[in-house]
Amino acid sequence: MRLSDLNKGDRGLVKGIVPEGHDGPGEIGHDELERRLLEMGFVEGAHFHILHEGLVGRDPIALRLDDTRVALRRREARVILIERDTAP
Amino acid sequence: MSDAVLGTRIALVGNPNSGKTALFNALTGSRQKVANYPGVTVERKEGVVLTPAGRRVSVVDLPGTYSLRARSPDEAVTRDVVLGRLSGESAPEVLVCVADATNLRLVLRLVLELKSVGRPMVLALNMFDIAERQGIRIDLEGLSRALGIAVVTTVAVRRRGLADLLSKVDMLVGGQETAVASWHEPSAAEIRKAHREAEQIMRTYVRPPLRPDTWTGRLDSVLLHPVAGTAILMAILFLMFQAVFSWATPIMDMIDASFAWASQAVTQYVPPGLLQSFIADGLIAGVGSVVVFLPQILILFFFIILLEDFGYMARAAFLMDRLMGVAGLHGRAFIPLLSSFACAIPGIMAARVIDNKRDRLTTILVAPLTTCSARIPVYTLIISAFIPDRLVWGFANLQGLVMFGLYAAGISGALIVAFIVRKLIWRSASEPFLIELPAYKLPDAKNVMRGVLLRGQIFLKRAGTIIASMMVLIWFLSTFPSAPANAAQPAIDYSFAGMIGHFIHPLLAPIGFTWQMAVALIPGMAAREVAVGALGTVYAVSGNVDGTLAATLSHQWPLATALSFLVWYVFAPQCLSTLAVVRRETGGWLWPGVMFTYMLTLAYVASLIVFRLTTVLAG
Repeated sequence: MRLSDLNKGDRGLVKGIVPEGHDGPGEIGHDELERRLLEMGFVEGAHFHILHEGLVGRDPIALRLDDTRVALRRREARVILIERDTAP
Repeated sequence: MSDAVLGTRIALVGNPNSGKTALFNALTGSRQKVANYPGVTVERKEGVVLTPAGRRVSVVDLPGTYSLRARSPDEAVTRDVVLGRLSGESAPEVLVCVADATNLRLVLRLVLELKSVGRPMVLALNMFDIAERQGIRIDLEGLSRALGIAVVTTVAVRRRGLADLLSKVDMLVGGQETAVASWHEPSAAEIRKAHREAEQIMRTYVRPPLRPDTWTGRLDSVLLHPVAGTAILMAILFLMFQAVFSWATPIMDMIDASFAWASQAVTQYVPPGLLQSFIADGLIAGVGSVVVFLPQILILFFFIILLEDFGYMARAAFLMDRLMGVAGLHGRAFIPLLSSFACAIPGIMAARVIDNKRDRLTTILVAPLTTCSARIPVYTLIISAFIPDRLVWGFANLQGLVMFGLYAAGISGALIVAFIVRKLIWRSASEPFLIELPAYKLPDAKNVMRGVLLRGQIFLKRAGTIIASMMVLIWFLSTFPSAPANAAQPAIDYSFAGMIGHFIHPLLAPIGFTWQMAVALIPGMAAREVAVGALGTVYAVSGNVDGTLAATLSHQWPLATALSFLVWYVFAPQCLSTLAVVRRETGGWLWPGVMFTYMLTLAYVASLIVFRLTTVLAG
């Protein structure tokens, strides 16, 4: 599953980052995106909890990621592989 | 001062929101100076501090970053200073990595990266009092051993731990154990590895909080709520712009009055003639036109810095990102654009909050299209002269409706131009939106005031000099050569401004402008509202009494000309101060040139369409 598929309230674990997309003209490329996401703490094994969604298209999303709070667009969240917690 | 005089130099590095600037302020107090790094528009903040050993150390405050891999011009400066790559500057002798003690995970990875630079380093765990209150326990010795660097605790706003930090710096400056510099851009695999290492260190030496901060979560559930959060943002902005308008107005009036008084005094004591005119109309008016912006800039930056320090700015960007994204703009562009409704100058200065260079340039380029307060006198004059004061559709005042239409034209113009720039020219609307939402913190009054004063100082020093000299230039153009003794026309008609006006009039005739209007546009470059006075001058009636001027204009101009003039003022680059600030903020004449050209084209085409259409419909 991708982080971009989840909704407010969902929790889970980061499983990895897929190297795809974001390499159109003028875009930063997936390698750069991967490194930025890693630097913000989207590392394998990090726990997250989606706290808020934006007004339009429920985008961007704000989440607690281990000890930090970060916000990103679903477009970028698409490359983040996750495993959703099933138990509430 | 050169490095040799100052001796030791240290640099503060750290994540955004780590209280780095507060620590910088606490260390250096008022002994700070701000300049620009050569060639880029990133601010360079440097100050001086005396260490316990009596060493005079200069401290550089670097832009916040998560990594030495530069992603924005700000971060490139951080990297280049840390690595000593900046020409004419040696690398700092000691790095002070500033960390938010309550939020260590990401900064520990940065510390590991910084270690590979091979410089002596101290880790300052800032906001340590908050960490203690939350019951976070940090094994300082263990952490220091694991990282291989000195660790101190500080509370910048209470000036705690500063001596300890500085004596560590003293020790490091003495010792010469600089490790081998091996920094290179880390790959994804290396970042992962460093993260795991940082994680391991966290688990071993940092006990998670017993009483975690619950306020941030509680506040966010309201402030980030899709509906309530947006409503609160709008309320905050409403308050902010009310303040910019209404609090600034009395002070601006006072400034205006005192400068008018000064010119008056000059005309009394200096004999009439060129010198009098130069001092009163050139110099005093020129300086006055700079200082008059100051209240708005100070008030606006007071709110911006307050909200930034509170931790709200990242939330505002979150709430607005999608709406701004429609026009290809970044969420952070929202505040600068709204600020431009007061005046484009503080708006353009506020665009500094946008990291990405292209996003920032786009925002700067479209900022002058939003209707600034200086257009209001022009709009009011023309509307009162030409638009009948009557109700339409039973409830709407026609004059108010036209005013609203002019604002709407400005906003849509800004959004459409931004869209065109981002989607068609740069085609890189996809700069990722990826930001940390920092924990809310009570802003420290001293730091806020220092930040506000700094903005005012920067404006006066950098933009002020250009604006004042432009004003003197405009005075020169409107004064020389002087009118002959038996002049039949107003004096301005014989000046360079008059000549330029007559010269460009054939170009402006197709959009319905009279030659008097063409002449008035030249002094009108000083500031938009000056056009009102200038029209009064060329029509040889008092520009101050709107009634007379409005009556004159309504007899002299056809409706099509009036509407064309209004539309011209929506789009035209009729403000040299704005262009001067853009030059300062972008570091060259390229972007002011682009701005001038596109706005002029837009204004001409729009006025042409409006003039032709009105002529046909009314004729």
